[in-house]
Amino acid sequence: MRITDGSASLTTSERFGRLLLVPAILLVGSIAFYPILRNAILSFYKVDILSGIPPTFIGFKNFSTLLQDSRFLKSLGNTAYFTIVSVVIEFLLGLGFALLLNRTFRARNLVRATVLIPWALPTAVMAIGWRWIYNDVYGVLNDILLKLGIISTKIAWLGNPHTAMMCAIFADVWKSTPFVALILLAGLQSIPRELYEASELDGATEWNKFRLITFPLLLPSIALALLFRTLQAIGIFDLIWVLTGGGPAGTTETVSIYVYNYAYRYLRLGYASSAVTLTFLIILVIGALWLRRK
Amino acid sequence: MVKKKIKLFGFFVLIVIVVLFSISPFLWQIITSLKSNEEIFSLPISYFPHKINFRSYIEIFTERPFGRYILNSLFVASCATLLCVFVSSLAAYAIARIKIKGGSKFLIVVLVVAFFPQIIYLIPLYELFGVLGLFNNPIALILPYATINLPFGIWVLTSFFKQIPKEIEDAAKVDGFSRGKVLFRIILPLSAPALATTAILVFILCWNEFLFALTFMVKDLARTVPVGIAMLSGASMYEIPWDKISAATVITTLPLVIITILFQRRIVEGLTAGAVKG
Repeated sequence: MRITDGSASLTTSERFGRLLLVPAILLVGSIAFYPILRNAILSFYKVDILSGIPPTFIGFKNFSTLLQDSRFLKSLGNTAYFTIVSVVIEFLLGLGFALLLNRTFRARNLVRATVLIPWALPTAVMAIGWRWIYNDVYGVLNDILLKLGIISTKIAWLGNPHTAMMCAIFADVWKSTPFVALILLAGLQSIPRELYEASELDGATEWNKFRLITFPLLLPSIALALLFRTLQAIGIFDLIWVLTGGGPAGTTETVSIYVYNYAYRYLRLGYASSAVTLTFLIILVIGALWLRRK
Repeated sequence: MVKKKIKLFGFFVLIVIVVLFSISPFLWQIITSLKSNEEIFSLPISYFPHKINFRSYIEIFTERPFGRYILNSLFVASCATLLCVFVSSLAAYAIARIKIKGGSKFLIVVLVVAFFPQIIYLIPLYELFGVLGLFNNPIALILPYATINLPFGIWVLTSFFKQIPKEIEDAAKVDGFSRGKVLFRIILPLSAPALATTAILVFILCWNEFLFALTFMVKDLARTVPVGIAMLSGASMYEIPWDKISAATVITTLPLVIITILFQRRIVEGLTAGAVKG
């Protein structure tokens, strides 16, 4: 006899398990994997939706045009700048928040909930709020800085190519620091108290405790927070779309904004797809190199 | 003693700074929304409204289809959340409890989806929904929202299901429960807290989504709240109706602020489920 009682019930449960995966596979397959594949294919076509002409295969032409497109290269640079600066600030600030919230004090839960608020609010909606804060004439930022004597004349924060990106980064830091702080806080709370108690017996200073216990044990949480934030920052769209639309003079145009403009403003879907594909490949290569170095 | 007091005071000051940093942009929206339009555009800036004014709150419902945006958002976010939580609980159960062959590999493949920027799905989905005639149809948002949040749902629920004692399932099987009954009558009801945690987070993420909503909902009346507010802007910098925008912002964000404060424990739990257990 080949099939015993046990293995027969195993196969039915295996079958049941597979059945349970079907809805997830259908969704991920059609709404995620199909688009990724289709996007790669479209990169090799010229797509003109207005004329009604079916897409024509043009080989690597989209890619060779992209590499000479200074606007695309600039958007890559903007994305890298935005990502690196915002993630670094969010990490440092988030670590500070987490260390602060890790202490026990009254109303800690309320403070923790308050810190969470920026994360929960819609980015696009709060980006409009930031536009109002940054407003050159009626903005509250200029008013406060003038009163504090930090600036002497009102600044058009979003209209100035030197400050627009800074404003976008600050708004992103405001929104995303809570996320980093919470991940790090959870990491901090999983560090066993005994380690600190033992080191206190050995007369360790606060700095040594941080350097020798907190930081090394927090590394997995740090890595996770940085990974998530970096990937989110690379894809940034809503904040910049609402805040500056990519301007002034393209100084805040990130790759997602560039792709959106080429797809829906200039209706060059194939070209826009190739920009997505190329960016994606660049990220993969950087990721692979980074992993190999480690 | 004095040194300790100074330290405590310093700590208190830092906490106040952190709280102010977190809420002041939102507070400024509330203050702006309560001012009259004349006061908004007058100098010097007033930090408290001279006269509390609710006109803009009424106008966004009477002069603009803001009520419709809210209904659209509620409908889309609720349907997507239900779909997402249901589908992820099935998949998570298969991975965590049945331990089907290749289950963990499937989990990794799905998680990869969470790492891709949304823009990668945009053009092909635009093409697909165009062919299927789904523009302005809530389905064009419900399906993508459920899908992009699926990795998160499966991840959180898998780690939760793994913690349920095996004995409970075994006892039910002895009582003659079928596999399906075990799942729907025992595991899912037992997991209500985890399902709620997942649902709250997914709902917030769906409610806030912008890129797909901007692209797939072309008609004004089909728009969701974030896009609706972004589009309230007039043609030029000087036509922007800041009074209405700030009122709309407060109405959209206040429920989220309340949800966050009420459910902060759950939200933190959900957000950090992967960070600690993983």
